[in-house]
Amino acid sequence: MRVTIEVNGRRTEEEVEDRTLLVHHLRDTLGLTATNIGCDTTSCGACTVLVDGESVKSCTVLAAQADGAAVTTVEGLAEGETLHPVQQAFQDHHGLQCGFCTPGMIMAAVSLLEANPRPTREDVRTGLEGNLCRCTGYHNIVDAVVAASGQEVPR
Amino acid sequence: MSMMGTRVVRTEDHKLITVGGSYVDDLREPDLDGAVHAMFVRSPVAHARVTAIDSREAARAPGVVAVLTAADLDLDPPGGDHAEPWLAGDAVRYVGQPVALVLTERRYQLADAAELVDVDYDPLPAVIDLDDALAGTTLLFPGTDSNVAKTHGKPFDESAFDGCEVVVTRRIVNQRVAPAPLEVRGAACAWGADGRLTMWLSTQNPQLARDAIAGGLGLDPTAMRLIAPDVGGGFGAKIGADPDPVVLGWAARHVGRPVRWSETRSENLTAMTHGRGQQQTITIGGSRDGTVRAFGLDVVQDGGAYPRLGTTLLPGMTTLMATGTYRIPRVEAYSRSVLTTTTPTAAYRGAGRPEATAAIERAMDLFATEIGMDPAEVRRRNLIGPDEFPYQTPTGATYDTGEYAAALDRVLAAADYDGLRAEQTRRRAAGDPVVLGLGLASYVEITAGDAGGESGRMTVEPDGSVTAWTGSSPHGQGHATSFAMVLADQLGIPMERITVRHGDTDEVAKAVGTFGSRSLQLGGSAMRQAGDEVIEKARQLAAEAVEASVDDIELNTDDGAWQVRGAPSGAISWAQLAARAGDGALSADVWYSDAKPTFPFGAHLAVVEVDTGTGKVVLRRLIAVDDAGPVVNPLAFEGQRHGGLAQGAAQALLEEMTYDADGNPTTGTLADYEFISATELPDFELLDMATPTTLNPLGVKGIGEAATIGSTPAVQNAVVDALSHLGVRHVDMPAGPQRVWQAISDANRRV
Repeated sequence: MRVTIEVNGRRTEEEVEDRTLLVHHLRDTLGLTATNIGCDTTSCGACTVLVDGESVKSCTVLAAQADGAAVTTVEGLAEGETLHPVQQAFQDHHGLQCGFCTPGMIMAAVSLLEANPRPTREDVRTGLEGNLCRCTGYHNIVDAVVAASGQEVPR
Repeated sequence: MSMMGTRVVRTEDHKLITVGGSYVDDLREPDLDGAVHAMFVRSPVAHARVTAIDSREAARAPGVVAVLTAADLDLDPPGGDHAEPWLAGDAVRYVGQPVALVLTERRYQLADAAELVDVDYDPLPAVIDLDDALAGTTLLFPGTDSNVAKTHGKPFDESAFDGCEVVVTRRIVNQRVAPAPLEVRGAACAWGADGRLTMWLSTQNPQLARDAIAGGLGLDPTAMRLIAPDVGGGFGAKIGADPDPVVLGWAARHVGRPVRWSETRSENLTAMTHGRGQQQTITIGGSRDGTVRAFGLDVVQDGGAYPRLGTTLLPGMTTLMATGTYRIPRVEAYSRSVLTTTTPTAAYRGAGRPEATAAIERAMDLFATEIGMDPAEVRRRNLIGPDEFPYQTPTGATYDTGEYAAALDRVLAAADYDGLRAEQTRRRAAGDPVVLGLGLASYVEITAGDAGGESGRMTVEPDGSVTAWTGSSPHGQGHATSFAMVLADQLGIPMERITVRHGDTDEVAKAVGTFGSRSLQLGGSAMRQAGDEVIEKARQLAAEAVEASVDDIELNTDDGAWQVRGAPSGAISWAQLAARAGDGALSADVWYSDAKPTFPFGAHLAVVEVDTGTGKVVLRRLIAVDDAGPVVNPLAFEGQRHGGLAQGAAQALLEEMTYDADGNPTTGTLADYEFISATELPDFELLDMATPTTLNPLGVKGIGEAATIGSTPAVQNAVVDALSHLGVRHVDMPAGPQRVWQAISDANRRV
């Protein structure tokens, strides 16, 4: 079937097999490989993207379901050379190590801050419960999200 | 001013946060054009004879290029009594063992075709319980007379405890867990027209992987190029290469096309090696004044179906490190590695040392409870003192340096230990259903325990920039930043002008790589040694350039320039020197061979709340000293500690790979496996301490695994401590609500 999706502000129109998952469409058809696949049970959140502004695990959505929607991946977050505040905070606070969960984690954090612009540390932990990271122990991810919200990070 | 010890933001990050890493499955290399996709057909049964494989229907499925089985493979089979076949031939020994390989044109055709491969399994008894495995009623390998594949140490001598006033013994479990890096295993490969195989593999050790895969394929290692691109975590389970990529390399040659492979997470949880998996009998003896006089550790190591590092390395590390941070005169440490019809075990963050530490730290608490002494006080009375180093343990380790009591005291002070004890007492007295538990762990571990060397190479380019190559290929640790800092500090060249490369065996032919917290000690020291050699070459050249004696020439690291001592005017820059020297003259290629293990140490305190009505445990605080000597980059150092703390807490409270009696994995998906999340962890409280080693030029020890080693028993001890007033003396890991509730209810029944 034919799906038309606006991806990172650019209109795409592609023929895909009906059962194509959105994440495979992004990665294999459109070549946007930042969004990763970490599981097959909608548990890890590595594939999180925004669909019409809402965070979605793109391994659990068919490309067909995103037909007509606007999708944002981490590749679409920075404005030219200027990093999105969440990207900048992840770097500044060492919120990533191997980087595999990071694109999904950043998109989930962007969505979290959209809904709750001044989250407490507990809010951040709860909001990111569906995004797994094996490297950081989450501490610096929480720091990064709090910092991206403009709040002081205790040291 | 030196940048060593400053918080430098990683150079790796920009790519990872903007366009994402280049993990194996992301590669769009032209060499991989026209690649077929691969999926292994894996055994769904734990133990069976394979009587027939019918792949005819699968071969006719859409897009199928080939269905390959052991009968097709023309590779020499691995040797030995417990040989692990490339693909299962006449028998399977664990759920997840590869039986066939399906190759298709497109990714989505893989699963369709794989489920059409018809394998006849004639079931044999599963061997899951370690006592059953030891009994050997069912042998995994019929030609052998036992399931025990290896032993470490010698059988237990009970007389070690003669004369002890108090002896406590307990059987405890250090459960099997899944390493679960976020990136599963993956590979891609292509044969060149020149007959060389290029393989991209998610591995911690490109050179070891190259040697293993080339060996399996009957190739000379020079006939293979192995590239580790960005690697999405490893935690020990990506050391070297598993058998799977050998089959992929062979298949690519067989069908004459490049091959790509990425397993699913559910495959990963049963087909990637597991960690830990020990049953331990701990016995501790001493006197009522708190002096420990003897310790016994009798280990049954679950090796899984085929001997890998779990059988060979892990229990060796566990027995070596049995006495921990304590001065214990008599030690009995013995281990039997036994094969079971489960996923093979191998390294997982700590690899044998968390198991050792859990054993001794649980034993110290059992001893403290038995003699009615505070666990902090019992520890303090037995810690090896700062003036006793180097300290030779009865098991044969030589600890380099340590300040064990200082680490413990620092943690106790920062936590307000006495205040917490008072709060614990208050809650108990008030009958509060939510009780408080304090868990201590004092630990020492061994890093760079392999004592192998590492490679380091660098060259000053004619523009004054530096390209460096390390054999220590990272998988998230940030070596490119840390090693650039080491060179920048040494050479006075800004780190933005230093590029650290790794991971390609055509660029670095000889190396060991990343495991056992060895990278900075060995890879970093190799860099330092290469830098030293280049500095000496540069000194000669600079002396000639400024027409001065070599003895009068110095490197001004503030300016990155060579000058006559004390005379910055007329200095010559690295760029000028490199241009003058000519291409490649300012280079060094070293093998750092003076590699000795070091012994990082620390102390952790965990504070938990346990709801005695439900058994639910909440980890409230985790306070840690992790002393690994001087710190190059505190940002990266703290990151390693955070990750380690989380994985220790995960094992203590949540994670376990389980099997039913028939050998079916019951936690084989991420929906079932209790991978720790952000909500289950507190903010970590890190305390600084840095005791250098004298065993390498940087004075550093390893930090990759340390925090896991301390936090696992600290959290477990906290759970037991919370319930000690009820008479609970031990709770096995993971201390989930069911197990904790059961322990409480058993204790109540006893009262």
